[in-house]
Amino acid sequence: MEKALFIIFAVVSVAAALNILLQRNPLYSALSLVGTLIALSALYVMLRAQFIAAIQIVVYAGAIMVLFVFVIMLLNAPKEAPYIEKHKALRFLAIPFAGLLIAEAFYVIRLVKPIQMPASDDSAQAVGTTLSVGTKLFTDYLLPFEVTSVLILMAIVGAMVLARRGED
Amino acid sequence: MPEILALLIAPDWVRSLTGERPPNVFWAEYIVWPLIQIVIVLFVVLTVVAYLVYFERKISAFIQARLGPMRVGPWGILQPAADGLKLLLKEDIIPIKADKLVFSIAPIISVVSTLVVLAVIPWGAAWATIANVNIGLLFVLAVSSVSVLGLVLAGWSSNSKYSLLGALRSSAQMVSYEVGMGLSIIGALIFARTLSLSGIVEAQRADGLPYFLFQPLGFLIYLISALGETNRAPFDLPEAESELVAGYHTEYSGFRWALFFMAEYTAMLVTSAVAVTVFLGGWYFPGLDWIKSNWGPNIYVLLSVAAFAGKIAVLIYAYMWFRWTWPRYRYDQLMELGWKWLIPAGLANVVLTGVWYVLALPEAQGGVFGFVKQTAGRYVPTGYGKIYFILTGFIITIPLSWALLATINRRSRDFNLHDQRQLQIKLRSERIKRNEPVAE
Amino acid sequence: MLALIQATNDLKTIGDQVVQLIMPEVILTLFACAALVLDVMLPRGRKRPVAWLSLAGVGFALVSLGFLYFNITSEGKSRLGFFNMIVIDNYAVVFKLIFLIGAGLSILLSIRYLDEEGEQRGEYYSLILFSVVGMMFMASGVDLLTLFISLELMAISVYILVGYTKRDRRSNEASMKYFLLGAFSSGVLLYGISMIYGLTGSTNLANIAKALPIIISPAYEPLGQTVDLRYLVLMSMILMAAGMFFKVAAVPFHMWAPDAYEGAPTSTTAFMSVAVKAASFAMFGRLFLYGLPDLRDTLAGNADKNIPGLPGWAVLLGVIAAITIVWGNLAALTQNNTKRLLAYSSISHAGYTMLGLIAANETGYTGFILYLFIYTLMNLGVFGCIIALRRHGIQGDRMEDLNGLMKKAPWLTVMMTIFLLSLGGIPPTAGFIGKLYLFAGLIETGNPWLVRLAILAVLMSAVSLYYYIRFIRAMYIEPETEMQPVKLAPSLQTALAVAVLLVMLIGVYPQPLLRLTQKAAQAQGLKTHDYDQKKADEGEIERPPGAGTGR
Repeated sequence: MEKALFIIFAVVSVAAALNILLQRNPLYSALSLVGTLIALSALYVMLRAQFIAAIQIVVYAGAIMVLFVFVIMLLNAPKEAPYIEKHKALRFLAIPFAGLLIAEAFYVIRLVKPIQMPASDDSAQAVGTTLSVGTKLFTDYLLPFEVTSVLILMAIVGAMVLARRGED
Repeated sequence: MPEILALLIAPDWVRSLTGERPPNVFWAEYIVWPLIQIVIVLFVVLTVVAYLVYFERKISAFIQARLGPMRVGPWGILQPAADGLKLLLKEDIIPIKADKLVFSIAPIISVVSTLVVLAVIPWGAAWATIANVNIGLLFVLAVSSVSVLGLVLAGWSSNSKYSLLGALRSSAQMVSYEVGMGLSIIGALIFARTLSLSGIVEAQRADGLPYFLFQPLGFLIYLISALGETNRAPFDLPEAESELVAGYHTEYSGFRWALFFMAEYTAMLVTSAVAVTVFLGGWYFPGLDWIKSNWGPNIYVLLSVAAFAGKIAVLIYAYMWFRWTWPRYRYDQLMELGWKWLIPAGLANVVLTGVWYVLALPEAQGGVFGFVKQTAGRYVPTGYGKIYFILTGFIITIPLSWALLATINRRSRDFNLHDQRQLQIKLRSERIKRNEPVAE
Repeated sequence: MLALIQATNDLKTIGDQVVQLIMPEVILTLFACAALVLDVMLPRGRKRPVAWLSLAGVGFALVSLGFLYFNITSEGKSRLGFFNMIVIDNYAVVFKLIFLIGAGLSILLSIRYLDEEGEQRGEYYSLILFSVVGMMFMASGVDLLTLFISLELMAISVYILVGYTKRDRRSNEASMKYFLLGAFSSGVLLYGISMIYGLTGSTNLANIAKALPIIISPAYEPLGQTVDLRYLVLMSMILMAAGMFFKVAAVPFHMWAPDAYEGAPTSTTAFMSVAVKAASFAMFGRLFLYGLPDLRDTLAGNADKNIPGLPGWAVLLGVIAAITIVWGNLAALTQNNTKRLLAYSSISHAGYTMLGLIAANETGYTGFILYLFIYTLMNLGVFGCIIALRRHGIQGDRMEDLNGLMKKAPWLTVMMTIFLLSLGGIPPTAGFIGKLYLFAGLIETGNPWLVRLAILAVLMSAVSLYYYIRFIRAMYIEPETEMQPVKLAPSLQTALAVAVLLVMLIGVYPQPLLRLTQKAAQAQGLKTHDYDQKKADEGEIERPPGAGTGR
């Protein structure tokens, strides 16, 4: 059962991810990204990380992607024009780099021992539940968490600085 | 044919009705019975939704001193069936310049994302709760946050200016009000200490009081945000008839249009259900435990479902009441209300509730008053604690947040147009006195 | 505020996970928020008090840092805090001192400049303070997560500061370029970090340093079979190094620097050319000296099984440093825009600074920290002089704008001359002391390649004198091209006077600063390495007679 579900969601997420790249229309790409995110959050649920799954949808699919779509609509982005390549050589450079990445991925996959799915009632292994995420955030990762909040505050201020009209 | 027979073996909750104990069978447990539950819930909810439209029309009629639908059946009671049939038989029009794929999936996204939420709502005690997910509340927020995509895509794909404007409005509005909605719930979570919706109901049962008494400000913010989140009047700008024809669904017709309608009313149902669960005690009402021990578990469950439905009905009636009595907000007022009032008030509520709670803890936990006692693994307010939380909620949190926000927002546009005008005049006269340029 | 500082003083009596350890950062964050609030309260056009408030914040943070130093680290002790996320040691304290001095002087430089640009607003100062908070965590973070988040905190504030003058197209362009390349480099860095995390299972630098020697053995047997993880380790190391090279603007990852330096408001350029660079180097040092010390020399192979050894990061850094020094100095020769020229000069200085990391002995590390300290003062000074040239209608960043400055503002010219000579490394200025330690560190190793690198650096630093002298020629010899007088605002005068006094003082009496930086270089976990000894033991190269024997 879990294997079947995993295969379904994995295929969906990979297919949607490919579709992001293949679509010429930016809106379709954005929609495919939503599909990828939802499939990924399903995979999180299967790893007993319900909290992370839900947050993934709230933050990415619900808020960020809506803003993406909003901006695409607002700018009325045209379908991607045929891309005129200025540096043809880069394409040939890209191939070996892609090859390198794929080789690396296979190298890693070859090394990895198949891991056991955590059992459904094993709370010790649950790293993605509300409790464990909350505990981690307020003990081990307290400082990065607080620094992140300063970072976000600063980013808001910065966005206001850049977006504000000349003389308010 | 043992496999087929196995399909008919009931899951736990049916077995608890009959006292039967057959072995656990995968297909029955995970496929067949869930499907049956889904069908039952969908059937009931969609019927209810159809009748919500009917009640909306009736209530609006009564408010306006009319009769409403009267022709189909006695008092027009079969009107929803007739409407449904009409919508099914109508011609399905897709504008020629529309993006056909997106145009056809947009209503589906919208309706599916609202229907999925139904799975985790605790409709009643024991077996009347379909799925008790330990992140239930987050699940609700997550899935309903996707529903805005449906509206946005519908507006964009229609290739019509009215639709696009409606979609832009709805995306901005829903993203803004979602934040306030999420923040308003956190105060109640401080008391419940769980995200599971059933757990929240149980917590209120154990604490003895529904949380709207501890969280008056949170409840208020939730109700207002829920109106914004479901695009109901007075926040119905995405489909404002007088400005945008019908907003994002201007170009839709027939059953696709009906799907949007369904989504809107289901969303109303869902947000009310969450409000009932989090703030109004869910399916529990005082005396339910006595009923359980004296009248048996089945009547207990049925009564709990009835209580839940009754509480939802009250809220939905309030929604309809608002719609037919209040004028629509202007767009800038809407945004101002969301960002300058609801979200800061939600934050203030979280902070103040946290302060009150920490103060109420026993001294061993770092508190002062000891109004919260640890019993059976959770913190329950004592008798004084209840009075303390109600008083702090009503007497300190609300006035303090109000004063704070009124100070911060002093110079921003007021909702009261008269006050707004007076303030402008005052500021201007101050500037004239100081010999400063008057124009902005 | 005094209570906060008092809390820092109570450190001796409290446990490990304490907010007191980050008190300077806390104070700065509070002042940054206060600056935002004050900005809203002040009427338009009268925002200067925000600058004084931020300056006060820097001052309080300095006091609090002083308490940290005298209570914990002055005797070379260090203390981990926040669940091993940060460490307070002399390395961190000295770098924080550098950032605070850089920020304080930059704020002083900015006040008049922003008036001139018509952009005097409180956000500017609070963004500077926020970025300093990020920098301070970069210096004391010993966890990849903390380091990365604080890097972003610093970087994003600086992206905004670069684009701060919105009406200036060059500023917009610079901000955009800097942002895109910076985000890309952060991605590269993060990719490297994720790989090292996957390999070692920890984000803590100490744990990583412990796990790496096991992992890089070619006969590592994690799952019952021998695997050679060295290539993965090498790749993640290269990716992390590439990310850091971007941040410190080392060739070939320097493309953003000239554009960003030129387009940014000059006060921001001054700030980012010193503080951002110092912070990136602080993080560079933490990452490589604490986290990856065992990857420095070679990733040993196994001769029996015919597995070749792999080069470590010392080689990588050496090559990059050499290219950076050469290219930075050569490219600077042809520039006519002073900000652009100084950008290339700052690139070459990044190359010099890297030499200290490569030398891997105490002299080298001392030079590394000392040079960043001195560089902060002298580069801020030079940019301060260029800010003084920004007058009504004159941008002041062309070489011609310096013409005949001696007649208009003799004191400014003299100070500029001192800063330029110091950048060129002429005694008795501070720049000389810094370079001396960097090059001495290299020569002390006795490794012939490193000695050659030092000789190259000395030669190129002679080349650099050419373009510094170009400034001096313009100021003293060329006739004036425009007659508008140069007036120095009091705040600018203060900043320049402080900088020039310190540069001269360190030049003639460097001992106190040297003692401080030596303490920082002796910080625990800053692993030194003796190239010569190891090479000699392995018998790979002949030990040259009379070469330095290390300490």
